[in-house]
Amino acid sequence: MWNKRRDEEQPQSFSPPVTPAPQAQAPTQPKKEATAVSGIPVGRMEMDSKVGGTATIGKAVKIVGQIHSKEDLFVDGDLEGTVEALEHKLTIGPNGTLHATVKAREVVVLGTIQGNVEAADKMEIRKDARLVGDIRTARIVIEDGAYFKGSIDIVKPEIAKSAPKPQAQAAAAAPTPVAAGADTKR
Amino acid sequence: MLSDRLKSFFGGGTRSPTGPLPQPAPLGGARPPARTQPSQKESRLRTSRGLEEFFHHIREQSGLTILDLGGASQENVSFITNLGHRLYSEDFLHIMEETFGLDNNVDQSNPGRIEYFLQQALDYPEGHFDGVLIWDSLEYLTPPLLAAVTDRLRKIVRPDGYMLAFFHSDDKQEAVPLYTFRIQSVNTLELVRQGMHRPPQLFNNRNLEKLFGRFDSVKFFLTREQLREVIVKT
Repeated sequence: MWNKRRDEEQPQSFSPPVTPAPQAQAPTQPKKEATAVSGIPVGRMEMDSKVGGTATIGKAVKIVGQIHSKEDLFVDGDLEGTVEALEHKLTIGPNGTLHATVKAREVVVLGTIQGNVEAADKMEIRKDARLVGDIRTARIVIEDGAYFKGSIDIVKPEIAKSAPKPQAQAAAAAPTPVAAGADTKR
Repeated sequence: MLSDRLKSFFGGGTRSPTGPLPQPAPLGGARPPARTQPSQKESRLRTSRGLEEFFHHIREQSGLTILDLGGASQENVSFITNLGHRLYSEDFLHIMEETFGLDNNVDQSNPGRIEYFLQQALDYPEGHFDGVLIWDSLEYLTPPLLAAVTDRLRKIVRPDGYMLAFFHSDDKQEAVPLYTFRIQSVNTLELVRQGMHRPPQLFNNRNLEKLFGRFDSVKFFLTREQLREVIVKT
């Protein structure tokens, strides 16, 4: 679905990423390779895969806009905007840099995120990763050597899953920080 | 006076029963660099009455907002959030190095730098926090920056909030261990030694009483080690 390279003369065709890349350019590429694009206008991407693999955005890729992924996603490039993979795992590779709001089932950070993150199931901030923003998640793992600046709200998984999507509703439903780990010691 | 009793108490500088406290670099002769890295990180457990007192005030409630100035660690995040609190993490030392250089070689009395530092590290609304884990962060600050930071802390912590700070008790040392503090239980800390550093100033009890003079109350905890624990009520 994603190719390593795409010609500069056809950036307009980027918006439906499910569109297969030209055969001549990557005839032997696997389906889930990254599409290398630059100077892409703000747009919207939707990723879908019946196979259920991992989509990859390579380190030479910069994307500005919204990403909605229905499969696991690996981002090793630059990304500005929003990323949603509500039922899937999002991994920010060591070269990945996100200035984005992130919502996913599971988020693993090896690179950099500047923005708020919601990870319904689990959040991992690996060694040498850098995250500046607020986190809402059910579980969190922070390795030594990671840099984190922001707040952490631990929410029950069922609360996270049933949380309404619209931000306005979310704000209305939770005017104050959700108490963490109700099943744990007080 | 309490300060006199504390002074005599700390004079001996005893060792931890769970393991020898790493001795600072030789103090005679040339001054040590502002910060040195150890070849191997050492850690040890330490009972902390200050931590116990801090948690005594916050564990009976949930949903409090706690600020940790020691950077994010798995232990602290888990412990605080398991108590039902929201944790804010700031890596005070990291921001200091970004603002004033690795060896703090940029003037800490520059008003512009001070303001920039406060924006980076403590830019929160008034009364935002119910408690602050300062650890030993204040030891890195020169007097002008220290005054600005304590003023800011007084603003961003709500009235009747609590702060926990550590100070090395031997004010004759030129270099003291640089620790990260990891909460193991309500009264136990793991101290991981990251190296040595040369504090711009070391505090005796009289200095500390003066430093926190504008706060509601200050409580010292006697220890048989080389760290002095202070609970400050705002």
